Order: sequence, then structure tokens, then C-alpha cells
Amino acid sequence: MSATTELRNLGGRGSTAKRQNKVAFWFLLPWFLGLFAITLGPMVASLVLSFTDYNLLQPAEFNGLENFSRMLGDARLHQSLGVTFTYVLVSVPVQLGLALGLAIVLDRGVRGLAFYRSMFYLPSLLGASVAIAVLWRMVFGADGLFNDGLALFGVEGRGWISEPETALGTLITLNVWTFGSPMVIFLAGLRQIPRMYYEAASVDGASRWRQFVSVTLPLLTPIIFFNLVLQIIHAFQSFTQAFIVSGGTGGPADSTLFYTLYLYQRGFGNFDMGYASALAWLLLLIVGAFTAVNFWASKYWVFYND
Amino acid sequence: MTDTFAKTTPAAGRLGPASAPPRRARSGFRPVRSIIKHALLILCALVMLYPVLWMVVSSLRPNDVIFRDPSLLLNDLETGNYAEGWNAFADPFSVYLINSSIVVLGAIVGNLVSCSMAAYAFARLEFTAKRWWFAIMLLTIMLPIHVIIVPQYVLFAQLGWVNTFLPLIVPKLLATDAFFVFLMVQFIRGVPIELDEAARIDGAGHPRIFAQIILPLMVPALATTAIFTFIWTWNDFFSQLIYLTDPDIYTVPLALRAFVDAQSGTNWGAALAMSVVSLVPIFLVFLFGQRFLLRGIATTGGK
Repeated sequence: MSATTELRNLGGRGSTAKRQNKVAFWFLLPWFLGLFAITLGPMVASLVLSFTDYNLLQPAEFNGLENFSRMLGDARLHQSLGVTFTYVLVSVPVQLGLALGLAIVLDRGVRGLAFYRSMFYLPSLLGASVAIAVLWRMVFGADGLFNDGLALFGVEGRGWISEPETALGTLITLNVWTFGSPMVIFLAGLRQIPRMYYEAASVDGASRWRQFVSVTLPLLTPIIFFNLVLQIIHAFQSFTQAFIVSGGTGGPADSTLFYTLYLYQRGFGNFDMGYASALAWLLLLIVGAFTAVNFWASKYWVFYND
Repeated sequence: MTDTFAKTTPAAGRLGPASAPPRRARSGFRPVRSIIKHALLILCALVMLYPVLWMVVSSLRPNDVIFRDPSLLLNDLETGNYAEGWNAFADPFSVYLINSSIVVLGAIVGNLVSCSMAAYAFARLEFTAKRWWFAIMLLTIMLPIHVIIVPQYVLFAQLGWVNTFLPLIVPKLLATDAFFVFLMVQFIRGVPIELDEAARIDGAGHPRIFAQIILPLMVPALATTAIFTFIWTWNDFFSQLIYLTDPDIYTVPLALRAFVDAQSGTNWGAALAMSVVSLVPIFLVFLFGQRFLLRGIATTGGK
């Protein structure tokens, strides 16, 4: 800190604080408007709506806890929860494992790193698009590319998207396919680890594996944690791919009925806005609970160096 | 800032002269391992990108060949899918490209202006309960859009904004993409405060410091924001599906979806060709803006 900063802090602190409040207000005005009118306001409104019966045409009618008791007996909701949990709990660990593995391989001074990084990163830019979902529908169809690939190994294919047992698997594959963006974050994290730690470890006779377990992994845990929190929240909100692949139905046999897709069907297909609001709040509670547990558990495995 | 990302060979820069000699000493048995490693990496990349390459190649094949040819070999160039696909939808495909461009452009301008203003306040100004506001801002990054979409829809419907681009653009003008506020705060914090102070001594107020000192210095962060906004908005499907129901103002993703669902598998050539067209802008941004993309997600996480 320079002397000028100290001087400024000494002189007229009270008055600057006051003046900055006013200036800050103007700088933050768009954000404040957005926060209250487009984020917090609707959040509260959806909480209120979740205790009502509302179909957009007639005024909302208060119906107490009916929406929530209806959830208990809603088989499609239970199905969508199962689908979503499976999707999140399978695709996120696989995706992050792949991202970490390749980041470590690439970090070891591979020539052409920039090239490989780009190639692996590209799918995470394309993956969210409708175009790629359309492609997925073709690739994993009964006469699609994936079966052609299997035929090379003499394996009998099937209609991966049209059969309930495998349809969700194709969507999990699609999420794993976008491992490039966590990989780039891992690469940046690996670069932050001071070289001297490895030098010290190899002076002490530690093998490369030992160095990985005792130096790389502990120092990388904050990044792993960060990626985990982010990707879980992200995966819970997946919508587009299931919508396109199933033609908006969540089929076959509700096997790709993501939570968000069910919410969309209730809210914007049936205009059952009260129930959809209740579903939205349940989603918020679930995502919040996952994140909270994640933060709580991080005390036991995440290592902060500073 | 992780400037290593700007270099083409960051690994070489990191290893430095001190660690170079032992590397060379070990190189006796390295070539074989290195070749295996590269072969595996290339195989991995090829498997990942094969479907995309196949999509591009197949879009140049006649319809009856598409599902029968898994290879990437092209016997003759069949551009008919493009000519046909361009006009196979309810409107010429250019209409959807223009609609998407309007939404994207509005979102970019909105995010650049509103997020940079908010970021300046969080990074440089003192105000009441700043920590709390900052915490709220961070929390809204994680808020699923689905939680607010129903009342938001009701609000915009009452304003008569359904089937206009306003519900897709106005929120961006109000800095609701808090992710970018955070990204810019991080960036501004790295700008030496002495620059602000020098300007203040010269009599500049906050608006001028913001416009003439901070904004020019944060061009890399603005570029990252613009590029991410471009990709996310171009790819966005959920909010466009909800707010745009009139086929004449469909954006590219909505048009593609409507086409694929209505056709139920008859004209895949046209669907593939227009899918390729819809990915071209993303690919161009990837080619020319990669540096900013990588730096952006490396410093703040990204999606």
C-alpha cells in the first residue's frame, strides 16, 4: 500500500463514506433493479404462488399446503427426481474424473498442449446447443453412428435413445462429453502449484505417484471442490438436451424426465403455475441442500494452503 | 491474472532453465513414452470430436446415404441440403439467424454496461452493507432460473412482452448475469488503485475514473464477458422456448427444434445442414476468442 492510500484513509473518512454511498447507488442502480424486480421479487412471488392454485387466466387461489401434499403422491415427480439424481450423481463424478485425469496428463509438459486443450475444450462450448442434441439423437439412434462403431467390435447395437434402459445413459454421455471446461480450471490450478514442492519431494526420494498423492492432490482439493459445487448445480438445471432428445416428453417411459423438464411441462404445458412454483422451490431446496452438504463435507477433505 | 494462458507453450515457460537439464538427461527413454502418450491423446480427441466431424461431412451427403455411411470420406460434394434446409423451415433460415443476432447483441450490450457498473461499485466504492450485497450477488450466480421463471413469466406477460425480445434482453441490462459482475470485480481488483488516486488528484470523479481509467484497462474482462454472453445466449433454449412462441420471431435453436420435431426423421440432411450453420458462429468465436474464454473460466470457473 502506498502512502497516498494511507493519507486518503486518514482524511475525512466520514464524509467520503457518505458521498460514496450516493455514487455507489447510481453505479449499482441497474443491478438493484434487476435484483429486486427480476430475481428476489419473483423468488418471493413464486414462494407465495406455491401455496396457490393458479393457471394465469383466473386470479390465484390460496390452497394452503395442497401443492406440497400433492407432491407426495405424484409418481411422475418421483420418477423425475430419480432420473435427475441418477444423472447428477453419475455424470458429475465421471466428468470431473476425466477432466482431472486429462489435466494431469496435459500438465506434464506435453508438447502441443494448447492444441489438445482446445480440442478437449471445444465440446463444452457446443454441448449446450440444440444442434448437438439433434446430432445426439442421430448418433445414438438405432441406425446411428454409435452402433456403427460398436459393429466394428462385433457388438450388437440397439436403439439407445428409444429404449428406456439406455436413454438416460446417452444424456449422461453428453454431459461427460463437456468435461473440457472443468479440465481448463484444473489445468489453471495445477499451474499454481509451486515447482519447489516437487523439487523438495524428489530430493526426499518421493516417487512420481507419491508426489501426486502427497503434493498435487492436496493442493488441488480447493479446485476439485469448486468444480464439484459448480457442476452439481449446473447438472441439476439441465434441460435442453433431455427436451430435444425426447421431443419434449421426457420419454421413452419418462426415462429422461429431468426435474426441470417436468417443471416446464407442469408450468408451461398445463399452465399449472401454482404447482410449478412449488416444484421450483423444491428444486431450490434440493440444490441448496446439496451445496450445503458439499460445503460442510469440504471441511474434511479440502486443504487450504493459506 | 494467469497470463500463462496467453502463451502458446505455457509448459515451457513454467519449467524454466533450472529444471531443463534433468529433463534432457532423462530423454533417453522418453520418445517411446511420449509417442504413446500423444497417440492416446489424439485418439481421445478424435473419438470426442468424431460425431461433430461426421455431422459436417454428412451434411454434405445426399439424404439416403447419411445413415448408411459412418465414415468421414466424402465422394462428391452435395450442397443440396444447405440450399434446401435454408428454405425448408417456416421462414428462410436467415430470419432465425437475424432474430438470434438481435437477442445476442442486446444481451452483450446489456451485460457489458450493467455488469461493469456494478463491478466498479463492488471493487472500488465503500457503501453500507457492502459485504452483504456482495454475498447476495454471489448467491444469485447459483440460483436456478427455474425458481423465478413462473412469476417472471407472469410479470412479462402482464407487460405484454411475451413474443418480443424484451424478456431476453432487459434482464441483461439489469445485471442479472451476476457471474460477469464477479468476473469483472476480480479483474478490477487487480488494477492498481494508484491509477484511480492519480486521476482523483487531477480532479476526476468516480464516473470519469470509471469511464476513462477502469473501462479501458478492463478490456480483456469485457471481451471475456462479451464472448461468454455470445455463446450462452446463442445456445440458450429454455428462456427462448418460454418467451417466444410465434414462429416468425423464433431464434435459431427454436427453429431447429420445431423443424426436427415436425419432421420426425424424414429430412435429416436439411436438419444436419442447418445444425452446422447454427454452430458456425460458436466455432468462429472459439477460434478467435479462445484466449479470453480460457482465461475467463480459469480465473472464475465458468459453466
